[in-house]
Amino acid sequence: MSILIDQNTRLLVQGITGRDGSFHAQKMLEYGTKVVAGVTPGKGGQEVSAVPVFNTVAEAKEKTKANTAVIYVPAKFAKDAMLEDIKAGIELIVCITEGIPTLDMVDVMHALNGTKTRLIGPNCPGLISPGKSKVGIMPGHIHKSGPIGVVSRSGTLTYEVVYNLTLNNLGQSSCVGLGGDPIVGMRFVDVLELFMHDNETKAIVMVGEIGGEDEQMAAEYIWKHIKKPVVGFIAGKMAPKGKRMGHAGAIISSGESTAEAKIKVLQNAGVVVVDAPDEIPAVLSKKLK
Amino acid sequence: MKIHEYQATALFKKFNIPVLPGEVATQLKEAQAIAKQIGYPLVLKAQVLVGGRGKAGGIKVVRNSEDLVKNFEQLKKLVIKGYPVERILIVRAIDIKKEYYVAVTIDPTQNDVVLIASVAGGVDIEETAKKNPQAIKKFYLQGEHTIDLKRWPDFIYSIFPDKASQELGTKIFQNLINLFYQYDCSLAEINPLVQDRGGEWHAADAKINFDDNALFRHGDIQAMSDPKYEEIEELEAKQQGLSFVKLDGNVGCIVNGAGLAMATVDIVKLFGGNPANFLDVGGSSSPEKVLNALKIILRNPKIKAILVNIFGGITRCDDIANGILAARQQLKISVPMVVRLTGTNEEQAKAILAKEKISTYSSMREAIRKVVELAK
Repeated sequence: MSILIDQNTRLLVQGITGRDGSFHAQKMLEYGTKVVAGVTPGKGGQEVSAVPVFNTVAEAKEKTKANTAVIYVPAKFAKDAMLEDIKAGIELIVCITEGIPTLDMVDVMHALNGTKTRLIGPNCPGLISPGKSKVGIMPGHIHKSGPIGVVSRSGTLTYEVVYNLTLNNLGQSSCVGLGGDPIVGMRFVDVLELFMHDNETKAIVMVGEIGGEDEQMAAEYIWKHIKKPVVGFIAGKMAPKGKRMGHAGAIISSGESTAEAKIKVLQNAGVVVVDAPDEIPAVLSKKLK
Repeated sequence: MKIHEYQATALFKKFNIPVLPGEVATQLKEAQAIAKQIGYPLVLKAQVLVGGRGKAGGIKVVRNSEDLVKNFEQLKKLVIKGYPVERILIVRAIDIKKEYYVAVTIDPTQNDVVLIASVAGGVDIEETAKKNPQAIKKFYLQGEHTIDLKRWPDFIYSIFPDKASQELGTKIFQNLINLFYQYDCSLAEINPLVQDRGGEWHAADAKINFDDNALFRHGDIQAMSDPKYEEIEELEAKQQGLSFVKLDGNVGCIVNGAGLAMATVDIVKLFGGNPANFLDVGGSSSPEKVLNALKIILRNPKIKAILVNIFGGITRCDDIANGILAARQQLKISVPMVVRLTGTNEEQAKAILAKEKISTYSSMREAIRKVVELAK
């Protein structure tokens, strides 16, 4: 097993006729992902890498039975792309696009409420279940299938972590990049829950960073519900104190969002937090024995 | 992006939020004309985009024209946290009866816009939030762009004592929400919202921050930006699609991706080095970006060694290698450079650099150890 995507995932690519969309559609096809449709309004009827292009998500879904959508459209069109997916009943949306206005995301999150659609991202590398399916922009070849679930808020730092796992013969069940924006769809807690219930996943690697409170919420969840070993890394110890948003920011955030504070709560929840990504494999190997 | 109080006040006015009569001045002559129009007593407020203005002496009450001359000249000479005062907002002074805190912002943990209010307005609002959190009331919009009047009474009654102020408070909040959505704000704050002894209401301060991601649809807001408040290098980096933050050390860092860039400076420090900067060249980096990144880094005279740490995904390692070569030809690089390349087109990149006798590393740990040693 794996989480969220596997060999049965039928992928639709929004923005497939664009520079990034066409490039990554090709890369995903090469990896073995079932890319069944592309959507670009006004370009229906064309083909990209032999994948049929449709004008709307609804039509693409009806004709190809796509269940997952990946978004490469520019930031100003991303909200509408996501709303179209939600309306069409797509099961999983993966939004790669970066620089989406925050209030657009507030609207998208509101539209997601009460639906069965899940969202990963925006501003994320996507996710991969090695050997089965890749939905996103990560280099496929650094991955290898195996028992480690990886969840991260970062892009290249996740590659660094995965690269070290693979070098040490620790394959991955699924690797999920949540995205670095303040408002994102799935968060640590959501993915940790899926890994907890995935039989193939024997241990979890969690890569966090400064800002927000997701790591704190994850720590609480891990303490209460996760019965598998978790190893963590938090980036941003050297970051200068972030630019504050007037008084309201301080009033809103109940805790500290520094790296030190996050490391401490994770350690208190039983997570082994390492100082460098290449220290993760040794800790995992010990835990898996 | 932040704007000055006088600019935020103008936006408040546009959205029918009551502001004090006043204008901004840069010259004494202008100040005197404004004073004549409004009448004494007046408050002079230094326009700077940093906190702690009041404590730094940036706010003065003046009662007559002599007072005005003396205090205006004083304020013009004032430097607050490194920023000289260029403009002064002049408003009518009022007799305060009651102060409230009122704000609209985004609460990312709830994926929602939140209204915040407190009867304990003023400078100590953060203290209040810590020590007496019950005094801070919140109202979530739950994805709507207008106030849900069914849920509203609980919130508004808890802040404002009587029917008249409740009605006015409701109006002010709805106007703030309109402004917030219209201009993609990340914060719209009135601290304090005051009621004077005559019963009139005024926004006695105005703070608005904007979502940088949404500036593309607000050219009028972009035009209000005060570039003085950004580090020259950070501004230049931004224009070239790079993300740069200056630190204190001597190891220059060029990395792709924010998370990896943060981890890189952390580990430089962990290994006993001192990072000089955080620099993220972003995805799909062209050779020009690397060249520009090196230009910015080399302007720092403290630099003793440079680390390039690239994990190729969208970024192609050979693009990075070509950028390094171009930089070596165009710039005088007198400090040693350590290059770590892994991922997309790694082999081509290593071959390109080997021809120029630049050695490369595959391991981040080895590369960082080396650069820390070279910077000592």
